[in-house]
Amino acid sequence: MTEKKKETFPISFHLLEALAKFQEIELEDVELTFDELELRLSPGMVMGAPPSIPKPVAVKVKSLSLIDAEVGIPIQDYPGSVVEVRLGATKAEGGTRGRSIVIGGETAPAFYNFQVTLPHKPVIAMDVFDWPKVPLPKAVKMHFREVLEQPAEWARLCVEKFDAEMINVHFLTIDPLIEDAPPSAAVKIVDEVLQAVDVPLAIGGCGDPQKDLDVFTAIAEATAGERLLFGSVTLDMKIEETARIIKEHGHTVIAFTSMDVNKARELNRKLYDFLPKEDIIMDTTTAALGYGLDYAFTVMERCRLAALKGDPELNHPISSGSTNAWAAREAWMKMGPEWSPRELRGPIWETVTAQTLLLAGVDYFMMMHPASVKAVRTMIDSLMSGKKPSETSDWVSLKL
Amino acid sequence: MPAKELSPIQIYQLLPGTNCKECGETNCMAFAAKLVNREATLQECTPLLDPKYTDNYNKLWALLKPAVKAVEVGLGDNAITLGGEYVLYRHEFTYVNPTAIAIDVSDEMPDEEFEARIKVADGFEYLYIGMKLTLDMVAIRSSSNDPAKFEAAVRKAAGLTEKPLVLCALDPSVMEQGLAAVGDRRPLIYAATKDNWKEMADLALMYNCPLVASAPFDLNALKSIAMTLSEYGVKDIVLDPGTQWEDGVAATLDNFTILRWNSINEEEEYLGFPLMGAPIAAWAEKAEDPLINEWNEAVLSAALITRYSDIIVVHSVSGWALLPLVFLRQNLYTDPRKPVSVEAGVSTYGEPDEMSPVLLTTNFALTFYTVASDIESAKLDCYLVVVDSEGMSVESAVAGRKVTAESIAEALEEYKVGDLVKHRHLVIPGRSARLSGEIQELTGWKISVGPMDSSGIAKYLEEKWVPNPED
Repeated sequence: MTEKKKETFPISFHLLEALAKFQEIELEDVELTFDELELRLSPGMVMGAPPSIPKPVAVKVKSLSLIDAEVGIPIQDYPGSVVEVRLGATKAEGGTRGRSIVIGGETAPAFYNFQVTLPHKPVIAMDVFDWPKVPLPKAVKMHFREVLEQPAEWARLCVEKFDAEMINVHFLTIDPLIEDAPPSAAVKIVDEVLQAVDVPLAIGGCGDPQKDLDVFTAIAEATAGERLLFGSVTLDMKIEETARIIKEHGHTVIAFTSMDVNKARELNRKLYDFLPKEDIIMDTTTAALGYGLDYAFTVMERCRLAALKGDPELNHPISSGSTNAWAAREAWMKMGPEWSPRELRGPIWETVTAQTLLLAGVDYFMMMHPASVKAVRTMIDSLMSGKKPSETSDWVSLKL
Repeated sequence: MPAKELSPIQIYQLLPGTNCKECGETNCMAFAAKLVNREATLQECTPLLDPKYTDNYNKLWALLKPAVKAVEVGLGDNAITLGGEYVLYRHEFTYVNPTAIAIDVSDEMPDEEFEARIKVADGFEYLYIGMKLTLDMVAIRSSSNDPAKFEAAVRKAAGLTEKPLVLCALDPSVMEQGLAAVGDRRPLIYAATKDNWKEMADLALMYNCPLVASAPFDLNALKSIAMTLSEYGVKDIVLDPGTQWEDGVAATLDNFTILRWNSINEEEEYLGFPLMGAPIAAWAEKAEDPLINEWNEAVLSAALITRYSDIIVVHSVSGWALLPLVFLRQNLYTDPRKPVSVEAGVSTYGEPDEMSPVLLTTNFALTFYTVASDIESAKLDCYLVVVDSEGMSVESAVAGRKVTAESIAEALEEYKVGDLVKHRHLVIPGRSARLSGEIQELTGWKISVGPMDSSGIAKYLEEKWVPNPED
């Protein structure tokens, strides 16, 4: 065989790949040579496309030993970083909590341990509702049946039995379309929960902009100094008034927008007039696996990358209501035996939803199913450790 | 150059500039824009195929080719493409070839289990917004390390499924037997290590099959093997940087990210190959209850799908564990440029008449397609009013006041829904139940609260839909 081309790698293969597109080139006559190796390539191999009926081709080779190589570890200096937000306050800090928790502070994307390990562990807060009639999936309800009527006991169960690091009390009864409960009733429940558990607390509203403001105001005043996390302030609320109350009484807030990077910027920008950055967490909306998780993931990932690149309006810890995973029918619906039991399908749905967003950069999770909380926490702990395995397992020979 | 930095101008400058329209575009600039978006291929530019443009063609190919090589496994209609990716983060362009899921069987499994597993790999199907979610491949392991047993298992698997195969054996003499049986189906060979690479490379070349380079938790060794294999003549390579559960998860994800980063941002040629994850490693330590292993494997699989794995090998065949995985990879590999919302208005299904049901939903794309797909699969004749919720789901839209009684009343008015039917009955989603009173007051339409989930629409209408035109 005559030598038509003499190239050193890597160029030749790319060239051939490109040239292969031209019918004019006589591929049969191409031969590649290397310092230590002479090898004949079949036309099929050069084309890269498998022939329809491949036949074994004898290969004549000389010896070649492993070429030494090194993989560069991609280190990047990100000009921006995420602010740190402290949730809850101990006695020394002006509150009554057993401990306070700091989140945020990232200087690299989530769990890029090869660049830098996360300064603070993402936190999982468990949901508690003030309305016993809250529609909960069966797989979740079975764990809380005894405490549905008593938010304080519900919170205690989450902390003592399921090791919740924080509690979110969601006030649904205040909704004018549900019970229109007065702010004083909410204050009373918050007080009971603060008595029952000593972890930091978050407060969830009903979504009515005015009623939420009224209730947040009453709670904020009654719990001054506790650094509660209020969720949430939205673009259609009275932003100035809400922000002033948060600041005046020493609390923090979730700035909630609906899957839109620009709206997230806009809301943060409006809050900056009244609140220090260190009091703000942002939530760009969590959609369930299968029902918009892709949008939720990408908006969060974009926000975090923008923050690291120096965007001064997006550098906040991110919150995710991963409980929303249960909006997916696959999380709760009775399905055929091949998809059962739903008691596992539901919690794995919530787990995968939360874990995917964990990898996009979420710092604060609101979750519901105890198994999901445990699974995501295990994943967080494993990822935080950043360890290299001492020995590797061989899965090919596993006897399963 | 990384795909995200490529501009149509750079492409345009290398095109013939004849504006001949043979590609179907009005001019070369429009074609350049299509090329940058990977909506067209170079071959569509017929003038460019003239030998006088060979240089330009090669330059264009170098600019446009994916940073991660596309590797085909299997043949013809049953082939699957691994890799072919352009970007690290999906918003920078889009992820292209969804992570392939390979179901594990071994050459020591009892026949019944072996066949049952392949049946799952082959028959798994879940209907999701008009798409069929399925599994992709079968991985046959030689846990016996016995060439004859492996050959028999491989032959049996090949007889049971048309799906592409992965042959897993680290002993080349075992692999050789497997390839003797199914080498003509272009299986993926697992794996070339620093000890056996030469024999495996010979087999890969002889059978013209793609080959996995494997060096668990040793990236330098992995690159070294990939480079050596390339120089040896193996073109279609897949990289296995090692997968481990528990203590190894951080290092596992780090390695996948480092490899993908280097191939995309640093354009490192020898790392620009598809990546293989092995969540089956979650079975290395058997838990008291195998459910725990299945759960851990699913969680690890999900992490690997999120972090750049182009193919994963899993052992569990339970629907509850596999379903979230096929959903996740479908979600992440959807083009992110697709809008969040659909147009508001009235959609018509089947052949509705003036007494047909009128349903309501929001214009969040996922909500709309879910409802539409439920209506279609139940073959219902009805109208669906799609209100503008700024692309939010029903629950969030109602909670966030993006959909209110007022906006629904406006929608009924604007879309002239009253002209479509004689009755005045509107079925609203269960998740907007709290608005029912207000809507009724504002519109005068009789409001019925439908099911919480659109999967219940057919049953609901069958039981409850009895409109009286006199109402």
